[in-house]
Amino acid sequence: MTKTTRALMGATALCGMAALAQAETLTIATVNNGDMIRMQELSSAFTEMHPEIELDWVTLEENVLRQRVTTDIATRGGQYDVLTIGTYEVPIWANQGWLVALDDLPEDYDVDDLLPSIRAGLSVDGTLYAVPFYGESSMVMYRTDLAEAAGIEFPEAPTWDFIKEAAAAMTDKENEVYGVCMRGKAGWGENTAFITSMANSYGARWFDENWMPQFDSEAWQTAFSDYLMLQNEYGAPGSANNGFNENLALFQQGKCGMWIDATVAASFVTNPDDSTVADKVGFALAPDNGLGKRGNWLWAWSLGIPAGTDAEDAAKTFVAWATSKEYAELVAENEGWANVPPGTRTSLYENPAYLEAADFAEMTLESINAADPQNPTVDPVPYTGIQFVAIPEFQGIGTAVGQQFAAALAGQKSAEEALQAAQDLTMQEMKAGGYIQ
Amino acid sequence: MARAVSTRRKAGYTIAAWIIGLAIFFPILWTIVTSFKTEAEAISSPPSFMFFQWTTENYSTVMERSNYFRHFWNSVVISLGSTVLGLIIAIPAAWSMAFVPAKHTKNVLMWMLSTKMLPPVGVLIPIYLIFRDVGLLDTKTGLVIVLTLINLPIIVWMLYTYFKEIPGEILEASRMDGASLRDEIIYVLTPMAVPGIASTLLLNVILAWNEAFWTLNLTAAKAAPLTAFIASYSSPEGLFYAKLSAASTMAIAPILILGWFSQKQLVRGLTFGAVK
Repeated sequence: MTKTTRALMGATALCGMAALAQAETLTIATVNNGDMIRMQELSSAFTEMHPEIELDWVTLEENVLRQRVTTDIATRGGQYDVLTIGTYEVPIWANQGWLVALDDLPEDYDVDDLLPSIRAGLSVDGTLYAVPFYGESSMVMYRTDLAEAAGIEFPEAPTWDFIKEAAAAMTDKENEVYGVCMRGKAGWGENTAFITSMANSYGARWFDENWMPQFDSEAWQTAFSDYLMLQNEYGAPGSANNGFNENLALFQQGKCGMWIDATVAASFVTNPDDSTVADKVGFALAPDNGLGKRGNWLWAWSLGIPAGTDAEDAAKTFVAWATSKEYAELVAENEGWANVPPGTRTSLYENPAYLEAADFAEMTLESINAADPQNPTVDPVPYTGIQFVAIPEFQGIGTAVGQQFAAALAGQKSAEEALQAAQDLTMQEMKAGGYIQ
Repeated sequence: MARAVSTRRKAGYTIAAWIIGLAIFFPILWTIVTSFKTEAEAISSPPSFMFFQWTTENYSTVMERSNYFRHFWNSVVISLGSTVLGLIIAIPAAWSMAFVPAKHTKNVLMWMLSTKMLPPVGVLIPIYLIFRDVGLLDTKTGLVIVLTLINLPIIVWMLYTYFKEIPGEILEASRMDGASLRDEIIYVLTPMAVPGIASTLLLNVILAWNEAFWTLNLTAAKAAPLTAFIASYSSPEGLFYAKLSAASTMAIAPILILGWFSQKQLVRGLTFGAVK
């Protein structure tokens, strides 16, 4: 080996080391679902474009992730540079000054293309604090073959009375077919989310304008009684333990006539690899009671940047890429249009290729557009959020109230007792939080 | 006749022991079986136990998606490190409590045990802040320290119980032969308490290996052990039971193998002094 060769090799090694030293590592906290896993798999396209940025993924179960990133951001631990957060966290954390404002995204990002309701859910005073990776509302998924056999024609926008009739007609307990599957498992993101959305369409609300709990109202009594009746008469056995996954399994095995849940489930139940009823599924908007609000929610898993990160610019580059139109095209190229993260951009719903690949696209868009997190209820309220109340105390209160709802569903207490307990515990927490005297 | 009754009773105990053993092991067996199913078969009702199309696809998916060996190595370092550090502190502590008890030794022992009664989440924020300030977040060193501290009461208690069974006269004789305190602990006490120390070590490795609160809350990407690896496959919105089972099987396999090979030692140590 000549001296020159050795010198050249040394210089190359040094350059390589220098490049490595300059590489910035982004630690990204995310949840385990199909779309997020796909993003990890496709992220090599990003690192090829940006060799100066390395990505380190921390994937956790939703509740663990929430606890983990809340601890980190509240203490300014600085463990993460990009956080996967939902529409519940964004307004609360933004008001605390914990998130970086995303008001300087590049022009080609086309922020105006974001669906208005999703953008509103991720903004505080008109400033965007997180960008949506995928958005969802809730809707009715029903078995077209069972509906036909029962002589029922599903309208695009059913009422709760129609759901009751359809559930009765489709229930065939001897053959383990249950008219309607709904969330019963206790938790602020499980049964509380469902029942709150349902109650909104009955004219109920969590609080009046002075933050007084309203579980003792007639609207709550009616909504909750109807929920219990539907679950007890036409629901699956043990529904007090059923959440999204349990109902998904039941529906995929042909055991639910209707399933009212997240729009994101549409791609699961129509996937012939996993679902035995893939070609027999119809979609309708979440039910209403003619009061101007439907029983659907709004949620968006989004990417936010914690204030104080030392890699703010790199993090902005990444979140802009992961939620861009180009990323949607990358997914379509690799996995097909049906697998593009739904519910975030208007342009996706104007794309004929997507509309053709995803039967549920139109109903998903309508459901998302029908949701208004700024005015979630029939009567005015002092909070934002549809299936949740965007205050820090809600995780605790929502879960405690959900436990009361689940106890009533399991037959451990009456509807009146459960609502009274919900009223009392909410009152106590709101007093402790200083909202009311 | 008496012999026949005895044999029948023995058979009854054996069958009962097998039934209890299988009932305890069943969740692990079910997890392992599910890990070889497809996602559709994993949720099928009624579930099939043996007659399904076995696949190793979940394992290849898990290996492809996650860095198993990094998590495994972190688990090894954290569990062994915290156990060895715990033993180094606990052996002299247990010696002093067993052989040179003071007026308040029992109270000290009870106080140590009482620290285990505190819900960990109660001290999460203070520990998180301390770790942040001293740069121990997401480090194996930080987890070794925390797990040593949380398991120390158990280590001290177990060793104290074993040491109490050793006659003090033997240690006295070694002192009369001129052994220093260090020699007494290392060359006389420790060899006699090997079964107890070994079972304490094994039990603490298992406890540290399975610890999921601190290991999830104090780590991010670099020091995350196998508990974080399992948590990454759990999902409230999406059915990934087969993959979750594969990840769980991979996480518990090392400790199952360790437990299998050391079961004699473990049982011997745990029953040390139980029958006089």
